[in-house]
Amino acid sequence: MAEYLFRAVDIRKYFAGVKALDGVTLEIKPGEIHCLAGENGCGKSTLIKIISGVYQRDSGTIEFEGKELQKITPLSAIENGIQVIYQDFSIFPNLSVMENLAINSQLVAKKKLVNWKDMRKIAEEAVARIGFQVDLDARLGDLSVAEKQMVAICRALMFNAKLIIMDEPTTALTKKEVKALFKVILQLKAQNISILFVSHKLDEVFEISERFTVFRSGKLIASGNTADLDDKKFTYYMTGREFEQKIFEPKKIDENPVLEVKKLCLEGHYSDIDFSIKGGEILGITGLLDSGRTELALSLFGMRPADSGKILIHGEEAELKSPQDAIEKGIGFVPEDRLSEGLFLSQSIGDNIIISEIDNLTKGKLVDKKKTEEEIERWVKELSIATPDANNAASTLSGGNQQRIVLAKWLACEPKLLILNGPTVGVDIGSKHDIHAILQSLAEKGMAVIIISDDLPEILENCSRIMILRDGKMSGEFSAAEATEKLILDKMM
Amino acid sequence: MRVKTNKLLKQNETYIFLIILALSFLIQIRSGQFYTSNNIVDIMSAMIVPGLFAIGEFLVILSGGIDVSFPALASLTAYATTKMFLDMGYEGSVFLPLVVAILIGAVLGAINGFFVGYLNLPAMIVTLGTASVFKGFMQGTLESKQLAVIPTGMKNFGTVALYTATNSQSGLSSRLPIAFLMFVAVIIIAFFILKYTMFGRGIYAIGGNESAAYNAGFRVKWTKFLLYVFAGIVASIAGIIRVCMMQQCHPTNMLGMEMNIIAGVVLGGTAIVGGKGTMTGCILGTLLIVLVENSMILIGVPVVWKNVFVGLLIVIGTIISAYQSEHSGAGKGNHKKKEETA
Repeated sequence: MAEYLFRAVDIRKYFAGVKALDGVTLEIKPGEIHCLAGENGCGKSTLIKIISGVYQRDSGTIEFEGKELQKITPLSAIENGIQVIYQDFSIFPNLSVMENLAINSQLVAKKKLVNWKDMRKIAEEAVARIGFQVDLDARLGDLSVAEKQMVAICRALMFNAKLIIMDEPTTALTKKEVKALFKVILQLKAQNISILFVSHKLDEVFEISERFTVFRSGKLIASGNTADLDDKKFTYYMTGREFEQKIFEPKKIDENPVLEVKKLCLEGHYSDIDFSIKGGEILGITGLLDSGRTELALSLFGMRPADSGKILIHGEEAELKSPQDAIEKGIGFVPEDRLSEGLFLSQSIGDNIIISEIDNLTKGKLVDKKKTEEEIERWVKELSIATPDANNAASTLSGGNQQRIVLAKWLACEPKLLILNGPTVGVDIGSKHDIHAILQSLAEKGMAVIIISDDLPEILENCSRIMILRDGKMSGEFSAAEATEKLILDKMM
Repeated sequence: MRVKTNKLLKQNETYIFLIILALSFLIQIRSGQFYTSNNIVDIMSAMIVPGLFAIGEFLVILSGGIDVSFPALASLTAYATTKMFLDMGYEGSVFLPLVVAILIGAVLGAINGFFVGYLNLPAMIVTLGTASVFKGFMQGTLESKQLAVIPTGMKNFGTVALYTATNSQSGLSSRLPIAFLMFVAVIIIAFFILKYTMFGRGIYAIGGNESAAYNAGFRVKWTKFLLYVFAGIVASIAGIIRVCMMQQCHPTNMLGMEMNIIAGVVLGGTAIVGGKGTMTGCILGTLLIVLVENSMILIGVPVVWKNVFVGLLIVIGTIISAYQSEHSGAGKGNHKKKEETA
């Protein structure tokens, strides 16, 4: 057997004259877990799409099991035993689990007609392979993210897959679900299946992978054994920059709280929540996915008003029945899903930045163009949003830069309290550091910041106080000094 | 058992069926004329043409597209075919005109399919454009005018009754034309395609997640192309049947039907964004529209109010489905669509 199961050598790809891949090489051994890392836009998704036949390479060779592959189509990739699990899982939310599982094999077999009995059998065998318990007749759209991913994995396994590519598989998973996923990955490895694990999360790369490859701006930067790698090197490979971890220490905390929450309840989600936050503090709220943390955030921004309890802002009782109420009281909110809740993706970067403060940028009844442009320029510079032109659509930016726009939008309104739900989900390391630095400097300037996140290192690094939710109740509260990852985890589970 | 009732309660079809039932009882009470054999037959024959159109539209909407060109397509096909066979002095059966109409319909559908499938242009814009072109071609190039006479074969096809019902009270009798069989046949074929062919499952798959369908190995462009060809064929069959049943060819009288047909399909629970819907729902939704269009007069509602009722129905139908999805998708924050397969 050859040393490598898969080799892609010196691959180049241009999009409208722009280099997306500049002679990259990726080599995967049989039965290994290989991590492909790199910041957003580094070309890793492009390479995956070339391997799976969605794009065609402009030059370079691809070998699989010692044979050179000429033109790859989605179907031929599957036939060769290469399976990709995309970030969106490439599934059909409107069809049943059974059909989602079986339909690919029907297509590969070039079936024209559908035999529902066969489909059920195929689906049953597929889930049995990794011991996944699921109702085959359920609509896929009704499953949780983790279950959808398992369906995608089961589906991938059906074709005698030899190489499974997982594109950022842990993005939307909780800690527990990631653990379960890793177990499955190890199971696959035991069956001598190679896994290409695409991720930019340090801890995951170290935990699961044996070898790694890092791309930056379409170029191969490094490749080798994960054992020879450390945090610092890895971050440097990814970003080309060196970072210093800066643990947040509040400089000056105001005397009176900006926000006080007393006995806040929302039926079915959380109850008896008591806390307060002063200007200059960063409060971290953490908990498992269904701990009520998201609902609490939504209540504080008026999107899901609480059933009972009190919310005091600057000592005065406030009724937050809608986002408008919250904005009037000086609360800003960066939602969990910035794509659907926080951004107008098809609109320009500039418009996205000024949308919440547009009322202040008017001359008479009309929008003041000059003022608007100055404001946009100011924020693009202040948050170093990487764009050649603020008139470009927000969708042209990477996740990190998009998150900066959402931030800019709120900062432009000068909130007293900024609530961020998962501020760095799906954001690359470089931007993550930058966003953390921005949040810390905001607090230093006297803003009260609440970070809701299940990324414990993020919480520990940036928060002066940490509150933990479990099953809708407060299960613990620590100061930054006494908190450790283990202490928090104990209170979370 | 519980589970079954629950499932029924979640389906649009159930509600549409109940509304149809309620409406029929109302008409029956007010006029005593609904559950008479000739009225039922009248409704059945009134269903043929809208029903056929609805099937074509249903498949297109299911794939995530939309077709507003079918009335123009059907008009052009029917007119061209009728005119051609009239000029030839054709005396044979309906078979040949039907074949010619199907061929023309397939070609016109292929034009839609090419733009939507292969060039990946928005279906709404494409079909708005082709509708205009088809109409213009018919009125300009073919100089269409009303044809008071149609070939004998077609005439016979429109008059031969599959079944004749006579109302014992009023003495009125209604004929169910043999074309009803074609309607039934198309229903069965479409149902089979949707449920038992990879092409049909591909329509659902594309409507649910187009890029996933491509990744899975579906030939997305080809499937869409074929789909519009099929829709063209079904629409042209409807066009010819309409001419046969009316015993004359009126080039513009089908134009403008698209809104009510789309309304019927959506009322029947088909998601306008694609991926979700059933054949049963499509037929029931169309039946409801046909009922309102034809039977309001029986309860003494003036014809001018018809549109108001159709409009109300659409709004109510939308409220019901919105209400359902809100209740099934509660919690978690991700907006789940409630999906249904054939």
